[in-house]
Amino acid sequence: MGKTIAEKIFAAHLRDEPFAGTRVLSLDRVLCHEITTPVAIADLVWRGKDRVFDRDKIKAVIDHVTPSKDSKTATQAKILRDWARRHELPDFFDVGHNGVCHALFPEKGYIRPGFTVIMGDSHTCTHGAFGAFAAGVGTTDLEVGILKGVCAFREPATIRININGSLPQGVVAKDVILHVIGHLGVNGATDRILEFRGPVVDAMSMEARMTLCNMAIEAGGTCGVCMPDMTTVDYLWPFIEAEFGSKEAALADYGKWVSDADASYDKVLDFDVSNLAPQVTFDFKPDCVKPVAELVGTRIDQVYIGTCTNGRIEDLREAAAVLKGKKVADRVRGIVSPATPKIFSDAMAEGIIQIFMDAGFCVTNPTCGACLGMSSGVLAEGEVCASTSNRNFNGRMGKGGMVHLMSPATAAACAITGVITDARTL
Amino acid sequence: MSSKKSFGGSAIVLDRADINTDEIIPAKYLTEVTKEALTPYILEDLKLDGFDPRGDKLKNASVVVTRANFGCGSSREHAPWVFEVNGVHTVIAESYARIFRQNMFNCGMLAIELPKDDIDQIIALDGEGVINIAVDVEAQKITATANGKTLDFDFEVSPFDKALVAAGGWVEFADARY
Ligand code: SF4
Repeated sequence: MGKTIAEKIFAAHLRDEPFAGTRVLSLDRVLCHEITTPVAIADLVWRGKDRVFDRDKIKAVIDHVTPSKDSKTATQAKILRDWARRHELPDFFDVGHNGVCHALFPEKGYIRPGFTVIMGDSHTCTHGAFGAFAAGVGTTDLEVGILKGVCAFREPATIRININGSLPQGVVAKDVILHVIGHLGVNGATDRILEFRGPVVDAMSMEARMTLCNMAIEAGGTCGVCMPDMTTVDYLWPFIEAEFGSKEAALADYGKWVSDADASYDKVLDFDVSNLAPQVTFDFKPDCVKPVAELVGTRIDQVYIGTCTNGRIEDLREAAAVLKGKKVADRVRGIVSPATPKIFSDAMAEGIIQIFMDAGFCVTNPTCGACLGMSSGVLAEGEVCASTSNRNFNGRMGKGGMVHLMSPATAAACAITGVITDARTL
Repeated sequence: MSSKKSFGGSAIVLDRADINTDEIIPAKYLTEVTKEALTPYILEDLKLDGFDPRGDKLKNASVVVTRANFGCGSSREHAPWVFEVNGVHTVIAESYARIFRQNMFNCGMLAIELPKDDIDQIIALDGEGVINIAVDVEAQKITATANGKTLDFDFEVSPFDKALVAAGGWVEFADARY
C-alpha cells in the first residue's frame, strides 16, 4: 500500500509515539507572531526555560497590528522583539520589513517540500501549498515547539480533493476553495488533511495554491497540501539553487514528497469547476457559500483587499484589472493592504498601486489589520464589508459588522458599484 | 501552561453548533498578555438567543455543555484560557475543532466528546434547574444531576489526552520526556 504525502512527512519526522495513535514530530519550522507568541515567551521566562531549540528554524514577525496602535499592542510587539533579539534570531521581521506571516515566510523561501511547520495561527495550513505539513496550533504547542522543536499530532488521515476540468475566465482559486468549503461544511475536514489534486491545481501558480490551502481550516482541516512540482521548484529557485544546481535535480528530490498512486484516502471528492461561477459567502459561517449572482445588489459599505488569503501580487493584479480607470462608489470605502513589503513594491513598479489610488482606495502598509477587526479598517455596527479574507464570523471585522468573503476581482467590482457584483458583468 | 485542575461543577448549556473562538473571546482582546486580563470578556460575542455573557448562570458555571464543532476558527488559546480564568475546566460537546480540543488538553483541561443523544439528554435537563456535573476522569464517567434527576454517561479520552491532564498540560509532559 502506498503512502500519502502526509504519511511520508510524518514517517520522516517521527520522534516519538508515546501512545498508540499519537505521533510526536520533529519540526523544521516554528513560526511566530506577536499575538500568540508573547504569552508563550512569558511562560517560558516564568518557568526559567527561556531558551529556543534552534534559532535558525524559528522565524518571527510582527504582523497583526503594525505599526502598533496603542500601548497594549506596543507591549506585545516589544515582548516579541526583545525575545527575538535576546536569542539572536536571524529571521525576525519588524516595522519596515514586516508583512502578513503566511505571505511573508513563503516569499522568503522558508517553506520547503517535506517540511513540518507549526505556528500559533490557524491559517498556517497555507504553507502546505509547498508540499509541507503545516498546522496551526495554540500557544502551548507553540511554546513546546520553541523549547523542544516537537509537536504532537494524531495519525494523519487525508481527504483527497480532485479539482477537475478547467477554470472559466474570471473564476479563480478563491472561488474554488469557497465552493469546496460550501460542500464540505465547516467541520467536514476536522482532523483531516486536505490534499488538493487534479489538472486545475497542477496549472495553478504558487500564489493560487496558497489561497487554496489557506482556507483548509475553514472546513476544519489540519492542513491543506499540494504536490510539489516544477511550479514549486520555480518559485523556490532563488533559495534552492545552491543546494541543487539544476531545477531537474530539485524536482527529482522533491519527488520524495508526492503521494503514491496507490495511497489510501479517508475520502476522495471530485469537483468539476468548468462551469463554476464566482462565489461569495453569506451569513456568519464560511461554508455559507453561493454564486455571486444570487447576492447581486446586496449593499456594502467597505471593500477590503488583502490578507493571507488574497493579499499577494496576483490578487492585486486581478483587482487592479477590474478597477483600472474606474472609481470607488460614493459611499463606499476601499482599503487595500499588500501583504508584504515586496508585494507592495512590486505593485508600485507595475503601476497597480496607482490604479488603486486613482480609483479612490486607501493603501495601507502590509498588516493583518482589519481582517481580524483589530486595526486599519474595523467595521461599525451594522456595516457590511466585501472582503478577500477568509472568515466571516460574527464580529470578525468589528462588533456587529457583516463580512462577505470573495475573490479580489469580485471585491473590486463591489467597490465600483457599492453592491455585490459579478466582475464579469462590468 | 497550567497546573493540575479539578473538573465538574455546575453547567451552562450553549445549545448551538459551530461556536467559534471569535465568539468565545473576540480578537480585540488578544492584545492582553496575561490570561487573567481576559476574565470579563468570556463569550462576549456569542450569537445565541437568550444568552447573557454577564449573567449569573455563566458566572457560576464550571462546565460548558454544547453542540458540534465547538471552538472552530482561530487557533487562539485565549479561548481555553478565558474558560480557565473563569473557572470552567470542563467542556462537554458533540465534537470539537482540532486546535481548540488540543489546546484544552494542552492546558490540562478536559474537552469531553459525547454522542448527540447524550448531549440531548443533558440539555433536556436544562429546564429542570441547575445542572450539576460530576466527572471521573480515571473511570471516564460523567454524572449529570438536576432537580433530583440523575443521568450517567461514559466517555472516552485517548491515553495521550489523559496523560496531559495527569501531567497538568503539554509543557509539563514534553519537558519531562524530550
Ligand atoms: S491576514 Fe487575517 S487570517 Fe491571515 S494571519 Fe492575518 S489575521 Fe489571520
